[in-house]
Amino acid sequence: MAMMLMINADKCTGCRNCELACSMAHEGVFRPDATRVHVYTWEREGFSVPMMCQHCRDAPCITVCTPHALTRDPTSGWVDLDDAKCIGCKMCVQACPFGNAIWDAVSHTVLKCDYCGGDPSCAKFCPTTAIEWVDDLIATRTRKRAFSEKFKHAFSE
Amino acid sequence: MHGWIGKVLRVNLSTGKVSTERLDPAVARDYLGARGLGVKIMTDEVDPKVDPLSPDNKLVFVPGPLTGSYAPSAGRYTVVTKGALTGAIASANSGGVWGPELKFAGYDALICEGAAPKPVYLWIRNQKVELRDASHLWGKDVPDTTDAIRAETDDDAKIACIGPAGENRVFFAAIMNDLHRAAGRSGTGAVMGSKNLKAVAVVGTGAVTCADPKTFERAVMKARDMIQKHPVGGAGLRLYGTNVLTNILNQVGGYPTKNFQDAHFPNADKIGGETLAATLLQRPKGCFACIISCGRVTKITNAKYAGEGEGPEYETAWGFGGDCYVDDLEAVTKANFYCNEYGMDTISMSATVACAMELYEKGLITREDTGGIALEFGNAEAMVEVTRLTGIGEGFGKRLGLGSYRLAESCGHPELSMTVKRQEIPAYDARAVQGIGLNYATANGGAAHVRGYTISPEVLGVPFKVDKDTIDGKPALVILFQNLTAALDSTGSCLFATFGIGADELAEMLSAVTGVAYTTEDFMKCGDRIWNLERQFNLAAGFTTQDDTLPSRLLHEPIKTGNSQGMLSRLPEMLPAYYELRGWDTDGIPTPAKLGELGLAA
Repeated sequence: MAMMLMINADKCTGCRNCELACSMAHEGVFRPDATRVHVYTWEREGFSVPMMCQHCRDAPCITVCTPHALTRDPTSGWVDLDDAKCIGCKMCVQACPFGNAIWDAVSHTVLKCDYCGGDPSCAKFCPTTAIEWVDDLIATRTRKRAFSEKFKHAFSE
Repeated sequence: MHGWIGKVLRVNLSTGKVSTERLDPAVARDYLGARGLGVKIMTDEVDPKVDPLSPDNKLVFVPGPLTGSYAPSAGRYTVVTKGALTGAIASANSGGVWGPELKFAGYDALICEGAAPKPVYLWIRNQKVELRDASHLWGKDVPDTTDAIRAETDDDAKIACIGPAGENRVFFAAIMNDLHRAAGRSGTGAVMGSKNLKAVAVVGTGAVTCADPKTFERAVMKARDMIQKHPVGGAGLRLYGTNVLTNILNQVGGYPTKNFQDAHFPNADKIGGETLAATLLQRPKGCFACIISCGRVTKITNAKYAGEGEGPEYETAWGFGGDCYVDDLEAVTKANFYCNEYGMDTISMSATVACAMELYEKGLITREDTGGIALEFGNAEAMVEVTRLTGIGEGFGKRLGLGSYRLAESCGHPELSMTVKRQEIPAYDARAVQGIGLNYATANGGAAHVRGYTISPEVLGVPFKVDKDTIDGKPALVILFQNLTAALDSTGSCLFATFGIGADELAEMLSAVTGVAYTTEDFMKCGDRIWNLERQFNLAAGFTTQDDTLPSRLLHEPIKTGNSQGMLSRLPEMLPAYYELRGWDTDGIPTPAKLGELGLAA
């Protein structure tokens, strides 16, 4: 069984508790600028989306990481970042298709989600399950079922 | 310092000088932050007799020590000034994300003093602070101002600004942040307009630190759990928003209608939170660090009132709804959008429209005055139109911008203004609920429900049930709620956190984040101190016990229909006991002994 962070943007209220939990877990302070998860809010439409590393199977950040600071853990399948090997070249920041490898201009380091070692703080502090730490098999099935329900409504009307 | 940053930013708009000062730890300990720290700054630096719209008044933006942390629903800031509407000490707090951003930029308070010679906005990026020309923004509404400033500063900048209403000195103009959130009451926006300050844009990348992260996390998890298990804090507010109160207040007969001519609205359900959830609501929204999400993202597709935004809250739905005898939820929501876009307090705006409707009904305002608008109770289109006119400062809207007291006075009938200290009374009838009337009469900023929300025990039974009709024990109850709220506001917490937690939990979180040990008693004493300091400001401004009263209608005209039929406010019987329990003399002046106990100067 593998675990993943499932993002349910439709449930996100834009409260940013995830950012606070993430920065406290990793930095020991509340600093939303230094978090591995960021919530973007479109104020006019009132819609918010949490963004964080998806631990891609074919990860562009690993491909471009010359000093091999970014590697795939063979057991968990997660993309790990070894700060000691990172030279701060920011190639990963440029390569990530989602902007989820972050350069912190204050600490001059790359910040990237590490799933908090298997107990992600963001999911723990999310008040609405917009971010969920779930079995990847169940997660995708649940998502599919939710969409199938929309079809059901559409066609049964 | 932990919790606090330890730094205050001062901007003199007259000279353009920007400076920073150290936050005195003893002041922080005793006045916490937000409302308390703001009131302390105002009393230390401003002559209470100043004209609120003169350069001598100051405008202080203050987050609290919990702001920026993950204490549940504690991401707020307070604007403190001498209120344009009231001439009293004003503290209006607001959620959204602007307050925490100011802290992350490195400041516990922003003091704006003087007045700029021409329109400016303040652009804060951590230590970099600059005043920029805002001539091209003058006249723009809140969303357009926000977009324009972001385009010339930073896409992620958080913006607090005024709309045309603040520029035009509408007496109840609000300061809006993050488009839809308002430091709404008492005319904070008019003060900002008088200073030619269009906006404060902030980007902060710094940290808020915590003295004891482990203890804090435990305290926060406990508080979250208590709020999430509470029927109001955990479910009711997210499902239906504050507007869940419409049917509840109408049921008990405490829902003012037609400018408080009655307290029951047969069509209330049509504008209540349940109806909103089933029609215009898109999704709930939360402010920074909120776990409740009472915010209402709404959209009107009907071409007549088309728009998108947030709201209405209960007070807004009541004001544009029941108080104006309007049962059209789309019209109510559209009027709310106008208030947000032009930057106006929805309570004072709507209650002023209701007052104008009564003046019209009595022939004291004519169709000629209104520019041809039939301003009758129940006329939804007229209600929306005069709200728009007030926002843009045209036609009859110019007179509505005076607020109900000055409007009714100009018609020779100030008694038809439902205000205390010239501020419009909100959505709970003081005849039907005795404690809330005493709170309105004594609230330092003028009539407000959020200074001592005794509706919780008197109507909702939270955290304990009290008979709404009796006056027994009400002075003590009101003081308890006023002191608790003064302390709570000063932490940066949202009042709605009390739908789950109380002073014990707040003191616990505050202690863990700041490293200053607060017992529950210490915490409550901070509230008492802040309340008395506000009182001192008002007394020095010229307020007397004569101002601690309610409109004569609530004292002499019984409720006509509904479940509180025949009732009147018994304020005169409660007020002397309130003064005595407060440690004030019969003129409502704090005794030397009381001031000594709180460490306040005479």
